[in-house]
Amino acid sequence: MGEKPKIAICWLGACGGCDEAVVDLNEGLLEVAEAVSIELWPVAMDFKYDHLRNFGKNELAVGLVSGHVRNSEHEEVAHLLRERCRIIIGLGTCACFGGTPAMANLISREEILDTVYVKAPSVVNPLGKLPQPETEWEGETLVLPEFMDHVYALNQVISVDYFIPGCPPPPELIKNGIRAVLTDDLPPKGSTLAPRKALCETCARNKTKPIRLEIHGPIRRIHEVEADPEICFLAEGILCMGPATRTGCGETCIKTNIPCRGCFGPTPGITDPGSRFISSLAALLKVGTTGDPEAVMASIGDPVGYLYRFTHPVSTLGERCLRKATEETP
Amino acid sequence: MSQRITINPITRLEGHGKIEIFLDEQGEVRDAFWQVVELRGFERFCVGRPAEEMTRIAPNICGVCPSAHHMAASKALDALYGVAPTPTAKLLRELEFNAFIIEDHYIHFFFLAAPDFILGPDASPAERNILGVIGSLGQEIGKQVIDIRKRNRDIIRLLFSKAPHPEGGLPGGVPRGIAEEDRKTLMATADDSVNFALFALDLFKKEVLGKKALKDLILSDAYALDTYSMALVDENDRVSFYDGTVKVIGPDGREFVRFHPDDYLDHIAEWVEPWTTIKFCFLKQLGWKGLVEGDDTSLYRVAPLARLNVASGMATPLAQKEYDLFFETLGEPPVPHTLAMHWARLICALQAAERNQSIVRDPLLTSRDIRNMNLKLTRKGVGCVEAPRGTLFHHYETDERGILTRVNLIVATQNNAGPICLSIKKAARAFVRGPDVKEGFLNRVEMAFRAYDPCLACATHSLPGGIPLVVNLRDASGALIRTLTRD
Repeated sequence: MGEKPKIAICWLGACGGCDEAVVDLNEGLLEVAEAVSIELWPVAMDFKYDHLRNFGKNELAVGLVSGHVRNSEHEEVAHLLRERCRIIIGLGTCACFGGTPAMANLISREEILDTVYVKAPSVVNPLGKLPQPETEWEGETLVLPEFMDHVYALNQVISVDYFIPGCPPPPELIKNGIRAVLTDDLPPKGSTLAPRKALCETCARNKTKPIRLEIHGPIRRIHEVEADPEICFLAEGILCMGPATRTGCGETCIKTNIPCRGCFGPTPGITDPGSRFISSLAALLKVGTTGDPEAVMASIGDPVGYLYRFTHPVSTLGERCLRKATEETP
Repeated sequence: MSQRITINPITRLEGHGKIEIFLDEQGEVRDAFWQVVELRGFERFCVGRPAEEMTRIAPNICGVCPSAHHMAASKALDALYGVAPTPTAKLLRELEFNAFIIEDHYIHFFFLAAPDFILGPDASPAERNILGVIGSLGQEIGKQVIDIRKRNRDIIRLLFSKAPHPEGGLPGGVPRGIAEEDRKTLMATADDSVNFALFALDLFKKEVLGKKALKDLILSDAYALDTYSMALVDENDRVSFYDGTVKVIGPDGREFVRFHPDDYLDHIAEWVEPWTTIKFCFLKQLGWKGLVEGDDTSLYRVAPLARLNVASGMATPLAQKEYDLFFETLGEPPVPHTLAMHWARLICALQAAERNQSIVRDPLLTSRDIRNMNLKLTRKGVGCVEAPRGTLFHHYETDERGILTRVNLIVATQNNAGPICLSIKKAARAFVRGPDVKEGFLNRVEMAFRAYDPCLACATHSLPGGIPLVVNLRDASGALIRTLTRD
């Protein structure tokens, strides 16, 4: 028997949820550990970045990389992983699309700093001190990573071979992804290792969706209603991102009686889930009874927060922000 | 020649950080810095979002302790909408929260901390991990750990969709109830969790306390720290997770203050240092006194050791027995020994399991009365829980439509930021001597932060924008007071 394939599991700008999802393989994790040699996994193992640097180009079979890219350290580690791993799998919604923290792209850095370090009600900061890339201490320099203008999805920084979406990705998809790599049974590069259907197609409530779905009157917010556990949310006038979202999550939110927010990202072929969803929604709204289409649209309250909660950097809107930032960089 | 040692990344914790140790020409440690290098953001980009979405957005602050943020958000929404959860909703929330405390404390103890004790601080870094622990303790115990973690996470999934990232808590309730047929499984999980907790404590006594070198390490000055301590306590002054009053004791053990979570701004403040992205919490009444311990400190610690030090006891009988043994062994509270946090953590997991044994047998658990719809928007709400890593505050303000206008968060690891820095410095001074420093001694420095189970994703929820170029300070009228620029 030859040497075990080497793998790296690494996070960039992440919350650790994808790593927990790997641990959620449960006994399957022991099987994975039997089959491969894990050479980097900062949450669980003591190998440092230098250990990874010591490997040659493409010496690792696969890198499972979670998180978005926001600072120079994320960028450096992403490039290091790309160079050392034959295959890079973008693991989870942040790596695939930017994720929730990418909503920060809607706001300028300066405004955020002002809020957090100056205006936050609990902060006492009489000298207006802020974290600095370099701080002198008795002739030594303490360094923090340089921060980028925006949050980037992983494939906006390095090339990514496969994507496993989800916040978090279901362990089953992770397991299948690892198995596909180990058995060399992989689809074309660039594929998303998840079903190709929309969430509605696998949702148990789909059977309650009227043939002609119509929304009359204002959008209802989830805390204002006692949602029926059987009925399609959209049919009840509650925003659900199911129609524009890829399935594969097991519809767990729907089963908990809360609507989909779109963490699996767009269905295949859709580049901008928000605009796709809003155009379908516009078609569903029958405002004749209320007489005020603007009031119905206004009842959505926070379109960008619903429609681009996980996907801002890779959306048409978000990519424009990133392009502008790049052009402005001297 | 002076020497610099960098540990990057620090490992077996949640999030990104590094340690810099500076040695003088004699090889003695001049100083050591625990730097948090990650920056993300929630306080600012949550503004403009509908408040009820916070139980779906805030869990994404952290994939390890999302249940803590979910529950703090749920409670902040209760306050924001001036509504109390129905008795059944409260039971379901507590059931989930205890299940989370259990699984979270075990992922820390077995996956992140145990390698240093079961295999020893000097074991090869290649083996010093959960697989090494399972190799040493045997597959059977490994499978038990995996099983109890999985079944408690299944409770989280049953009630709030996913683990990690439970979501959907609503003001005044929960989005779904549970059926009577679920009760049998829940009872089995709760009962087995109590048995497992007792087993884990026995294991700790045998494998850690029973070994002189490890017990000496726990008791050594290198890992002792004198600060204030903070935790939630119930009406009987016992350890409490879901709800309670915030109690603070001094390094001398005397009660310093007790306050309602709504008043957190009167008691807790945050300080900024340029060399790390984390904000340091301190006791506002004492003012910022720097990174110092002892009588002159204004720093406080949270998390399991602080919980036991602060409370008069545990809220459940078996955990109380362990509490008594804890202080019989280590001396009167407050126990200063940072590594004793591991033992305290296992005692807290036992209380959570015992509490769930009662909850799963409560007839009200399966009632359909899961929502209190009597919502009255008050435009401000503070939610507080005793998260696994310590006391957690979510503070929301909204406009008249319930759209967020302000979000402020004090997270568990931030409370511990100052003490962790001090613990690192003390451990470095005790164990590191140049020029040739063995890896195992650097690991002993990392053990000082690991005991706190820090969560740096949580702790850096605040700042996605990164290092500034220019910041304009303005007064309330918008007039420019001062411009801060980066050199």
